[in-house]
Amino acid sequence: RVRGRVDEELLAELEESLLEADVGLAAVEAVLEALRQQASAEGLRSPDQVLSALRALLAEELRRHQQSLATPPEAPGVILLLGVNGSGKTTTAAKLAAQLGGAGQVILGACDTFRAAAGEQLQVWGDRIGVPVIRQEAGSDPAAVAFDTVQAARARGARWAVLDTAGRLQTRSNLMSELAKIHRVVERALGRPADERLLVLDASVGQNGLSQARLFGESVPLTGLAVTKLDGTARGGIVLAITRELALPVKLIGVGEGVDDLQPFDAGTFVDALFGEGSRSGADA
Amino acid sequence: MAFERLSERLQAVFRQLSGRGKLGERDVDEALREVRRALLEADVHFRVVKEVLERIRARAVGEEVLSSLTPAQQVIRIVRDELTELMGGANQGIAFAPQPPTVILLCGLQGSGKTTTAAKLAFRLKQQGRRPHLVAGDLYRPAAVEQLQVLARQVGVPCHTGGPQAAGDAVEAAAQGVAAATEQGADAVLVDTAGRLQVDAEMMEELRRTRDRVKPHEVLLVLDAMTGQEALNVARAFQEEMELTGLVLTKTDGDARGGAALSARAVTGRPIKFVGTGERVEQLEPFHPDRMASRILGM
Ligand SMILES: Nc1nc2c(ncn2[C@@H]2O[C@H](COP(=O)(O)OP(=O)(O)OP(=O)(O)O)[C@@H](O)[C@H]2O)c(=O)[nH]1
Ligand SMILES: Nc1nc2c(ncn2[C@@H]2O[C@H](COP(=O)(O)OP(=O)(O)OP(=O)(O)O)[C@@H](O)[C@H]2O)c(=O)[nH]1
Ligand SMILES: [K+]
Ligand SMILES: [Mg+2]
Ligand SMILES: [Mg+2]
Repeated sequence: RVRGRVDEELLAELEESLLEADVGLAAVEAVLEALRQQASAEGLRSPDQVLSALRALLAEELRRHQQSLATPPEAPGVILLLGVNGSGKTTTAAKLAAQLGGAGQVILGACDTFRAAAGEQLQVWGDRIGVPVIRQEAGSDPAAVAFDTVQAARARGARWAVLDTAGRLQTRSNLMSELAKIHRVVERALGRPADERLLVLDASVGQNGLSQARLFGESVPLTGLAVTKLDGTARGGIVLAITRELALPVKLIGVGEGVDDLQPFDAGTFVDALFGEGSRSGADA
Repeated sequence: MAFERLSERLQAVFRQLSGRGKLGERDVDEALREVRRALLEADVHFRVVKEVLERIRARAVGEEVLSSLTPAQQVIRIVRDELTELMGGANQGIAFAPQPPTVILLCGLQGSGKTTTAAKLAFRLKQQGRRPHLVAGDLYRPAAVEQLQVLARQVGVPCHTGGPQAAGDAVEAAAQGVAAATEQGADAVLVDTAGRLQVDAEMMEELRRTRDRVKPHEVLLVLDAMTGQEALNVARAFQEEMELTGLVLTKTDGDARGGAALSARAVTGRPIKFVGTGERVEQLEPFHPDRMASRILGM
């Protein structure tokens, strides 16, 4: 090894770890360049030193934008969940409703009026956790359901309304306009934008995650991410690329299919798991 | 559409190369770095990328390519060969059983598109004049059975949901469903299963027992086109447990680059048989790897 320079073999290994976690080549290269500079400036030599510098760097990037769930200025607070097909929106809506106080505190809005049995799915969850679900017939206007849900939350004195929306690919412009309309209607009903507009992202997503965050954000200004399915071996590294580019915080993580499997995001734990260590499930997050 | 960006990137590399007269090892390495970048950005697993690049490099600097009269064309040919190989050959559809019904089991991660794909396949088979039936084998996800029933009505095919004896047992429900479909004269039976993580030993065991009971002729892994590096682990694990016969790539109607499909194919050796191109039941297409390779590689 050349004195004062980082071991290129070690950096190549770290590059592979980060690529395997779906951080993406561009972000990986930027991060490793920063690491290379820090390591030579501070004379970091041992693999342990270099690795912990890298972890600290990544955790710092994530912490810079970290934020907890919004505190609404007045009840009801509204949370709008959006994302591509199958990412975990409906399940996350149910978990959130339970976590925000469940019966008497929350109302769920079934704004997915398109997918087969989407309303029934949310209804089963609502029954399970004792939370009312506002629904309309299949095929009806999702913005109207959103409006009804906000009104119902207000009328019944609920503290929160959680809105589930239909999955859609971010390249479908008509469906993105539909989402923008839901957002506008909520704003009109509420007198302010929805308190949270969360993109629900599947942890197993690859580089497409960045396109999702960009394009959903163009239709509805996002307040953060909810990353689901982190109970598997997928690491969700694209989140790093997303926070770098769009400065979005991760607000929630999904770690299972049960109603309690929703946790606040912890940057340190997330970064450890990027390198295949530790687990986010259970009490350690 | 999936694979589009990958195609643009690779063709830019080829154009660059074509502009050269003589080629040195340096030039080859530079081109291969760009190929690597294109494949990684398309979500092909980094190990798969590494292997294919090693093969390309060995051939490109080994076969007296560089001293030939048209080195650039030779290198491009090698890259095309290897990537075509990675994608697979001609289209392979459903392999029908000599004795009907043909039983087709769909499996995969949560939310990948299994239930929708089951209905789409039923639609397709019905269009072809067959008598497909659907079987609900997901007793976990809220309203999974209702979802399949709604889709079955849209397609206009029977849907079996397992009798009272199944009593919440997914294996039993699938087995009973297949038996009922067979009795009612189905010539193809599509069995939907619950989504599961490949590291969930108990759920994988349940899937294996389902396979042993319903004895499928086709076991299809349903994979989301937006999947990243995890596709390799997923495909490998499902292949080990389930002896897959093919892959279905869903959600190719967006801007995903689709490299997950290449990882899954590389690690299982199984063909991508169909691609999902939208949410509606008619949006499923047979996949032609050779044609796709030609398109991507600009041939
Ligand atoms: N293992 C695991 N599975 C999850 C998690 N969150 C959701 N799922 C599962 O993922 C699948 C899809 O979840 P849904 O909540 O229906 O996803 P969605 O985004 O509403 O889907 P569409 O409405 O069809 O777009 C279901 O099988 C869920 O049980 C999670 O954190 N971990
Ligand atoms: N755009 C698009 N959406 C699709 C496609 N295939 C499935 N979907 C959607 O993806 C979401 C998940 O599909 P499902 O069929 O419920 O997935 P699943 O694998 O059965 O999910 P689980 O049973 O929860 O594991 C739904 O919103 C479907 O409409 C496709 O090819 N294109
Ligand atoms: K997915
Ligand atoms: Mg949903
Ligand atoms: Mg399903």
